[in-house]
Amino acid sequence: MTEQKGSGSLTPLRIGFIPLVDAAALLVAVGKGFARDEGLDITLLREVSWSNVRDKLNLGLFDAAHLLAPVAIASSLGLGHVKVPIVTPFNLGLNGNAITVSPALYAAIMAEVDGDPLNPLLTAQALLRVVTARKKAGAEPLVFGMTFPFSTHNYQLRFWMAAGGVDPDEDVRLVVLPPPYMVDSLASGHVDAFCVGAPWNSVAVDLGVGHILHFVSDILARAAEKVLAVRQPWVEKNPAVLAALIRAHDRAAEFIEDPGSRAEAAAILARPEHLDVDAEVIGRTLDGRLKVSPEGKVRESSRYLLVGREGAARPDPVQAAWLYAQMVRWGQAPLSDASLAIARGVFRPDLYDAATGKAAVKPQLSDGVGAFVGPAFDPSVITGHLDSFPIRRR
Amino acid sequence: MAAESSPKIAIVDENPIRAAILEEGLREAGFASVERVGEMNNLLARIYQIDPDVILIDLENPSRDVLEQMFQVSRAVRRPIAMFVDQSDTASIQASVDAGVSAYIVDGFRKERIKSIIDLCISRFNAFAKLQDELERTKTALEERKVIDRAKGILMKLKGLSEDEAYVLLRSTAMREKKKIADIAQSIITASELLK
Repeated sequence: MTEQKGSGSLTPLRIGFIPLVDAAALLVAVGKGFARDEGLDITLLREVSWSNVRDKLNLGLFDAAHLLAPVAIASSLGLGHVKVPIVTPFNLGLNGNAITVSPALYAAIMAEVDGDPLNPLLTAQALLRVVTARKKAGAEPLVFGMTFPFSTHNYQLRFWMAAGGVDPDEDVRLVVLPPPYMVDSLASGHVDAFCVGAPWNSVAVDLGVGHILHFVSDILARAAEKVLAVRQPWVEKNPAVLAALIRAHDRAAEFIEDPGSRAEAAAILARPEHLDVDAEVIGRTLDGRLKVSPEGKVRESSRYLLVGREGAARPDPVQAAWLYAQMVRWGQAPLSDASLAIARGVFRPDLYDAATGKAAVKPQLSDGVGAFVGPAFDPSVITGHLDSFPIRRR
Repeated sequence: MAAESSPKIAIVDENPIRAAILEEGLREAGFASVERVGEMNNLLARIYQIDPDVILIDLENPSRDVLEQMFQVSRAVRRPIAMFVDQSDTASIQASVDAGVSAYIVDGFRKERIKSIIDLCISRFNAFAKLQDELERTKTALEERKVIDRAKGILMKLKGLSEDEAYVLLRSTAMREKKKIADIAQSIITASELLK
């Protein structure tokens, strides 16, 4: 692809996405014309599976994509698949998922929880008691839905339940489910709980088939969720186009975070060709104000989904290291310094800084992750860090 | 191909016609053991029941991500998937993605035997897409025909024209305005409904 900067004509780009609220910066960058202002003519291509997004990005059918942060790392490491080096110059969102459980499981956990049900350590310990009682009664193990083997959802669920003593591979079943099937599966009893992004938790609550037990921000204060992903060689060939793409996204992120324009952002996301979901439901996620129970109880959090504020858009290699550590913890990846370096190198704050000219926001957390349990995360000693968690696959 | 050496193939596709076309092709090519899965609920359990050597899935299917967990070696996965098409062969991945199908090969299946299955898949999927395209075009043509007939009727009634004259008027207007005859016909219908 050749650069066409300054020639007056727009550079065409094909960008894949999954209809989820955390594609917001991409959808608004296009919908509000910010990309066009930067000289980009973006064609958005809606996809139905992360596997499709990954393969089409890898093959070059997409120039860029809305992608699960762990998939970018897995692809760069060649885990399970073709090894294609992917980098991200822009983090589309931090957090944004929730754990939703069936009314029956909700009641069972609430009956066992010893204290504040917003404390994930207490709910995880309650889950252990529920799981143990089910085992004794000879009941089938509980089934938890998540979106992909290499997903923050998978690691958040595992991190949470393992803290309470529940082994995610032995005591329950974790299964992959496409987000649009989550709610039906919960209603029909195929799963007892799931961890997914917006709008699906709210849809389950509105239909009366689920309770939001946790926002994932209860588990980790900062978790890189979706990234804008590009192939590494593409970055080298198209530096000016990439910088324009980053700036358009950054402007969109600021637009979304501005309370004055958030409703307009929600309306853009709600369009039939984007998410095709009611703007009011999308607004709940952007505002971090969610109905958590079918009876109408509302919970508000300033950390529900961070699109651009608090430096959320700037890729943080510590986040990449944490995700890699989870792959190691759960036996998806072997531990090596070389792999850790590759994982960290996927997240490129330098590209973000160069394009936006912004000074780096100083992280408010000492370790950049803020997990509810365990020692502070130190990417330089992953082995020692993982050894402090008794339930692990390595 | 002898029946006992025939690999077990699972076709995961919610479109029953396309699945049938693919199954027929595979059977004609001598693959005797083919199972279709059209129900996405409990997909993994169904796959384990079939215990296939090769899984074919269409790319419009969100359940492709469900199969991806079979790459993981875990208690939940009995026979892991060894690869996705042929990982060394980008051209074949590209051709299958273009056709809208992907293939997963379960551990233990001999890699060199997959090529003919993939090629067949690609050609059947492409044939189906062409068929669907033609069907779509026929449908559109039929609908346009109905719209034109209605507009002709309106013109005949309002302007006292014969059927041929009404058609000539539609055609000449379309040519002058550089539009399709069906579009002009639609505007006439809309206008006449507004003026009712």
